[in-house]
Amino acid sequence: MLRFLVGFFLIISVIHTEQVFANTFVFTAIPDEDESKLRSRFDKVATYLTNQLAIEVKYIPVKSYGAAVTAFRNNQVQLAWFGGLSGVRARALVSGSTAIAQGVEDPNFQTYFIAHSSTGLKKSSNFPIIIAGKTFTFGSKGSTSGRLMPEFYIRKHFSKSPNKVFSRVGFSGNHSRTISLVQSGAFQIGATNFQVWKKDLAAGKIDTSKVSVIWETPSYPDYNWTIRGDVDKNFGSGLIERVKTALLNLKDPDLLASFPRKGFIPASNADFRPIVTVGKQIGLIE
Amino acid sequence: MLAVSVISWIYADIEIITQDPWNEVMRMVTGIVTPDFLETDNLITAIVNTIAFAILGVAFGNFLGFFLALAFHIRLVRAGCAFIRAIHELFWALVFLQVFGLSALTGILALAIPYSGIFAKVYAEILEEADTTSLKTISQSTGRISIFVFVRLPDAWIHFKTYSLYRLECGLRSSAILGFVGLPTLGFHLETAFAEGKYSEASAILIIFFLIIATIRKWSHAKLVPLYIVVSLMVIPWGLSDISITNVIRFFTEDIVPHPFRVSGPIDMITFASFFAWITTLFMDQALPGIIATIILTQIALVGAGALTLIFFPLISPKFFGFFGRTLGHIFLVITRSTPEYILALIFLLLWGPSMLPAVIALALHNGAIIGHLMGRYTESMVLRPDAPKGINLYAYDILPKIYRQFLAFLFYRWEVIMRETAILGILGITTLGFYIDSAFADLRYDRAILLIIITAILNLGIDVMSRTIRARLRLRTRVDLL
Repeated sequence: MLRFLVGFFLIISVIHTEQVFANTFVFTAIPDEDESKLRSRFDKVATYLTNQLAIEVKYIPVKSYGAAVTAFRNNQVQLAWFGGLSGVRARALVSGSTAIAQGVEDPNFQTYFIAHSSTGLKKSSNFPIIIAGKTFTFGSKGSTSGRLMPEFYIRKHFSKSPNKVFSRVGFSGNHSRTISLVQSGAFQIGATNFQVWKKDLAAGKIDTSKVSVIWETPSYPDYNWTIRGDVDKNFGSGLIERVKTALLNLKDPDLLASFPRKGFIPASNADFRPIVTVGKQIGLIE
Repeated sequence: MLAVSVISWIYADIEIITQDPWNEVMRMVTGIVTPDFLETDNLITAIVNTIAFAILGVAFGNFLGFFLALAFHIRLVRAGCAFIRAIHELFWALVFLQVFGLSALTGILALAIPYSGIFAKVYAEILEEADTTSLKTISQSTGRISIFVFVRLPDAWIHFKTYSLYRLECGLRSSAILGFVGLPTLGFHLETAFAEGKYSEASAILIIFFLIIATIRKWSHAKLVPLYIVVSLMVIPWGLSDISITNVIRFFTEDIVPHPFRVSGPIDMITFASFFAWITTLFMDQALPGIIATIILTQIALVGAGALTLIFFPLISPKFFGFFGRTLGHIFLVITRSTPEYILALIFLLLWGPSMLPAVIALALHNGAIIGHLMGRYTESMVLRPDAPKGINLYAYDILPKIYRQFLAFLFYRWEVIMRETAILGILGITTLGFYIDSAFADLRYDRAILLIIITAILNLGIDVMSRTIRARLRLRTRVDLL
């Protein structure tokens, strides 16, 4: 038995000795929707970037928006697919970092307020004041479309914090989870990312007899690819431009479905100024 | 005690919110009977990481704890150990994630630091209680080190070994749980699977987890420990970049400095005024509601755990059930106490919606199963009178009165543990202190997070002192190596 165990563990150690990623270009993405198979989905993007950039590119999965920002700040990842708010936070922490690309949909992003059928609420073009006193779930605590913007509109229309407006406030963790929590009736109202809603609707994951959209926010800028300023120095000059070109040239629908976006267009730090303003207004950015 | 809990119950937020839980229950049951071992990405790596982190964390904590135990007569060491073990592994992990990022060091230290505080305390108690007769037989000129190594240590060694094995089991549970905050262990995939409703995948991961825990005595030979440590060091992911000393310095000199001090130029009266405002807001808006929710949840869960213990312990007691019944009882209790309470709470949360109820039931079940197991074993050695009654009369008039003091001792001992777990459930959205700590980390406000963690630790220390005073007053004794 002893000898068997010794052999067994030696074999495991040989197979599993972690390769050292010295000078590997690493990226991550905020876990904003269905978190299973994150690695299989984004490893394909890593392969695409490896081929385009002719350097080794790896993806690491993270469990939260905050962890994505921390990894970027600590230079454990050099490139990240952030939301509006997490991108602004990350760029404030790493001087010289820039937003280089965004989804075609991102300059005009929206949050959908959704409701369980038992509330009897129907879609309207005005903010649904009637949601006061009901139960409400945001997405992740650090999300733009699932937290920042819905909280902004709630405060704007009620002049009160969400805790005082609703009988119960929750944070589901991500957008697909917000939809399923409202669909199951665990919460009466929720706020979710419109892209994830459309994707889940097309995939047949949403039962529209149980949950429906009751209000769409005005549009705002959201997701972006942000890169550290020091990668040109550490990985060869011109890398930032090459990463940008590679992202803008990404046309494979299978890869784009991971985000989910139709394609990528150029972005700059200035595009996200509205997010900074709103973030300061509701106290999520100091 | 009971009165406090009744009052807590009145103020607690316990309702069942979901409209249609049966649908979810059916999907869970289907998932449990159809485990899918191929669904999870990198499952083998997660298994290897879970075991490796546990081995290294426990080994390193053991090593540190041993030396701390030798200095345990120093008040400062005792207080320091109490403080570091009052902070839950997950909070340590959240702190180290900021400093070392997603690296092996984060996982190892998150386990080793609180464990060293626990090891120090237990080892110090073992040494204190060790048989001293052999000390009388040695010559007076023997040096202090020789006395320790050749006389006192051999006696205590076997207890150290037994306790280390028990801690390894805890370490495996903790290591898996670290996945919930992003380390690449089983918890990473388990949390995702549950939250996404992929119950076949979740059940496969849980089965693997139970198998690792259940077979622990088969593979944890003392002789193999050095090999395990070497192999673990080789397999764990050391991270994607070097540990950067600037990150460490930045964390201590900038990140955790309260915001008013960080942004002010010269420190003057205005800085202190805004610091006062900062800390008042933090206390009134977050710490105070967090403390109240934490205490309410702890008290209800404690009484719940007590009540369940009284139901659970006969299940494995030879005084009440035959071999077959006891085996079923054992399986039930093993599953209930090995499933991390965080996972139990997550399951109930999916079923009943986001109130305090899921947390209460999860904590009561988990702790009830642990104390129930200990009490059941305790009854094994009891000798009954030849004319002892049977069934319910035996339970109520003979066994229960005899074990009641022991039961209270264990329950009070678990008090502080339950409070520590309560804080952690905040990450699931139950508004205990852990909820506000998690929010502070999500907002990258480390100054707030650290202050709230310190408040949590002080609260735990308070409960610890209180529980010890009560146990001393009631003259209740517990064997520490049992818990």
